[in-house]
Amino acid sequence: MYNSGKIIIGIIIFLGLVTYPFWRNVGKAATPLKLEVGTQEKQCVEPTAYMKSSHMKLLSQWRDEAVRNGNRVYASSTGKKYIISLQNTCMNCHVKKTEFCDRCHNSLDVTPKCWGCHIAPQEQEQQAAARTDN
Amino acid sequence: MDNTRRTFLKIAGLSVLGLGAGPIVDIIALGASSEFEPPAGARVGKRWAMVVDHKKCLKAEEGCKDCAAACHTVHNVPTIDNPKHEVKWIWPASFEEGFPGQADKYMGEYIGTSLKDRKILILCNHCDNPPCVRVCPVKATVRRDDGIVMMDYHRCIGCRFCMAACPYGARSLNWRDPRPFIKTELNRDYPTRMKGVVEKCSFCDERLAKGLNPACVDACKEKALIFGDLEDPDSEIRHVLHANPSIQRKPHLGTRPEVYYIL
Repeated sequence: MYNSGKIIIGIIIFLGLVTYPFWRNVGKAATPLKLEVGTQEKQCVEPTAYMKSSHMKLLSQWRDEAVRNGNRVYASSTGKKYIISLQNTCMNCHVKKTEFCDRCHNSLDVTPKCWGCHIAPQEQEQQAAARTDN
Repeated sequence: MDNTRRTFLKIAGLSVLGLGAGPIVDIIALGASSEFEPPAGARVGKRWAMVVDHKKCLKAEEGCKDCAAACHTVHNVPTIDNPKHEVKWIWPASFEEGFPGQADKYMGEYIGTSLKDRKILILCNHCDNPPCVRVCPVKATVRRDDGIVMMDYHRCIGCRFCMAACPYGARSLNWRDPRPFIKTELNRDYPTRMKGVVEKCSFCDERLAKGLNPACVDACKEKALIFGDLEDPDSEIRHVLHANPSIQRKPHLGTRPEVYYIL
């Protein structure tokens, strides 16, 4: 092989650069996402683990039942009944959309289209109101 | 040999029965564990319909648009001046637009005022045989059991087949993002639509779910709009239709429209 020394050194430098992020972060725990719900409520519509993994499935089930069948009430496994509405039920508790929905969706690189039509809670105004109260 | 064939046929017959029983068991099991139900105070009907009583509508001030204003405010309908882009759920139009070729020259006299200058109300007819539902390639528009022809905006891909199929021009496409064009105060209880989605009147299904009348019906000061269940013989709408001769828009097309006009 011609110029083997230069090539091997080059390969080593290249591998070092490519794997740098792994070396740098080795042994450190990934920083967990801080999600702010913005409510005193302890329990979501279904248990938290289910909501974390499957809220998207629940929401599309809700959508089909409400829009197509007119069934606008959901009887939860927790025994409570909820009005089916992203805008008026979910967002009543999840008022901090940017610090909850968006933060997690951004970190996972998913872009659901909910907010193209559904109106997000007014966060700036809430904060402004809170500031004037203080 | 005979005996084996006999048993074979018996088993085969039983198996076919068993295959047929599967779906039935599924349906029964599903029905029992349903997690979804209609809201408690909802208005329940079998065939929602509307009567537009133009004898009363004509009593209103000329240019009255209370019904359209109420509807468009409640549903966050944008006001776009360009007629090629405009979005409408309920609107006044000339008699000729609504009932092409049906006006004779004495009709104006019959109504007591010249129809040429007065407008009639146009909205989705919530047809019993809706062509828009038949053509939709993604089933974004469905006819519900209560007769409402419902749009599922989540599914709409904006192909506009429904707009081509609807003989009443009741549907509008959002050619552009509607949000900047919502001139009224935003109703935060109801969504907007997005660019590339077709929209139309929904007989205020979200208000029926709360036990209310459609917004246009409540907004009309002359009580010219009557909403009710045609399958209920004691309903106001049936009494009104019984007492007054009425016409429908383009009934010869076989769509069976469910908006009736009293002239």
